[in-house]
Amino acid sequence: MTEEHELKDPVLPLGRPTIGSAGNTGTWRTSKPVFIEENCIKCYQCWVACPEGTIRVDSKGEFPYVDYVYCKGCGMCVHVCPKGALEMKPE
Amino acid sequence: MSIKITDMMDRPDVLLRGNFACAGCGLSVAYRSAISALDKPIVVIPACCASVIQSLHPNVTYNVPTLNIAFAAHASAASGITRAKKMRGEDYTVVIWSGDGGTYDIGLSTWSGAAERNENIIHFCYDNGFYSNTGAQRSGATPRGAVTTTTPAGKSEKRKSVARIMAAHDIPYIATASVGYPRDIYAKSKKAAKIEGYKFILIDAPCPTGWNSDPAITQELGQLAVKTGYFPLYEIVNGKLVFSKQGSKYCDPTNRVPIEEYLDKQGRFSQMTPKNIEDLKKDLQFEWDMLAKLE
Repeated sequence: MTEEHELKDPVLPLGRPTIGSAGNTGTWRTSKPVFIEENCIKCYQCWVACPEGTIRVDSKGEFPYVDYVYCKGCGMCVHVCPKGALEMKPE
Repeated sequence: MSIKITDMMDRPDVLLRGNFACAGCGLSVAYRSAISALDKPIVVIPACCASVIQSLHPNVTYNVPTLNIAFAAHASAASGITRAKKMRGEDYTVVIWSGDGGTYDIGLSTWSGAAERNENIIHFCYDNGFYSNTGAQRSGATPRGAVTTTTPAGKSEKRKSVARIMAAHDIPYIATASVGYPRDIYAKSKKAAKIEGYKFILIDAPCPTGWNSDPAITQELGQLAVKTGYFPLYEIVNGKLVFSKQGSKYCDPTNRVPIEEYLDKQGRFSQMTPKNIEDLKKDLQFEWDMLAKLE
């Protein structure tokens, strides 16, 4: 194969894992979940319930927080919280 | 096996944030819970909502090796991968992640072949009860009375029981799980990974967009489906059916929450007449009776 025909990059429909592959999905939201840290018992129910993975926990035992760049504002975390440590506020 | 939420945090990012899933997507919760339980997974995805939410080329939201394949070819592709990896001596968990359209209707012939050959695959079916990615057409999983774009007056047939079709293949492990109980999905996924042969896990995944429900109650809808007896939770290990801990007490109809509570929360059942509800209740009881025979 001559050099000009040599392919530098394989021509495959190959994608790479990317955060924010659909853009900043936080712009979809109409109201946002807000943490009230003193109520939080670190049960992480919100972490499990979040479909998007925007409830972040840096390491086990830390308080969760919300990544507002990508949070779509579905409100599932607020609904599952047993202690009222999250509430929905209009954007 | 009891699972803590902190156990699930070992692989937090199998599904990366900022994808095309609708707000309150049940599939995303199911995917995160199920795939995070597996070591070195390779996921085969046919046409379904899972191939939509992975977003536009060249960006992918899945943080595990993923193959997109034509609708009816998922089990054939997965069979090839699992055999090739076995020949090379590489230890991977090959997974089919298919919707109810790809499992109940279109992919049935290929997975039936793979199950008959007892290929070493875990087959997940997230069941939202219709063809969600093409705009809510009816599928074999749509329950009686539910409105879809092709059944505007409500479906008049009963829902197919794919787990019992799967049980007829005598595969080593079949389980049902619900988005209402993510830890249960994780535990069953982990259990399936340890078993050699064709494994099937059916996951009830509420879809707020198609079911016309509030996105915030996705998990509650999953739990209500179990509590009302709409979606029984069980495992079939080597032909023996065992009801799961969360679902076992609903074998007795008197323990169940009235089905109306589940139906009222979804817009797709808004046209149900009392006769439809009676028929739906009969369908559910029939399913429980059939399952009891496998016990």
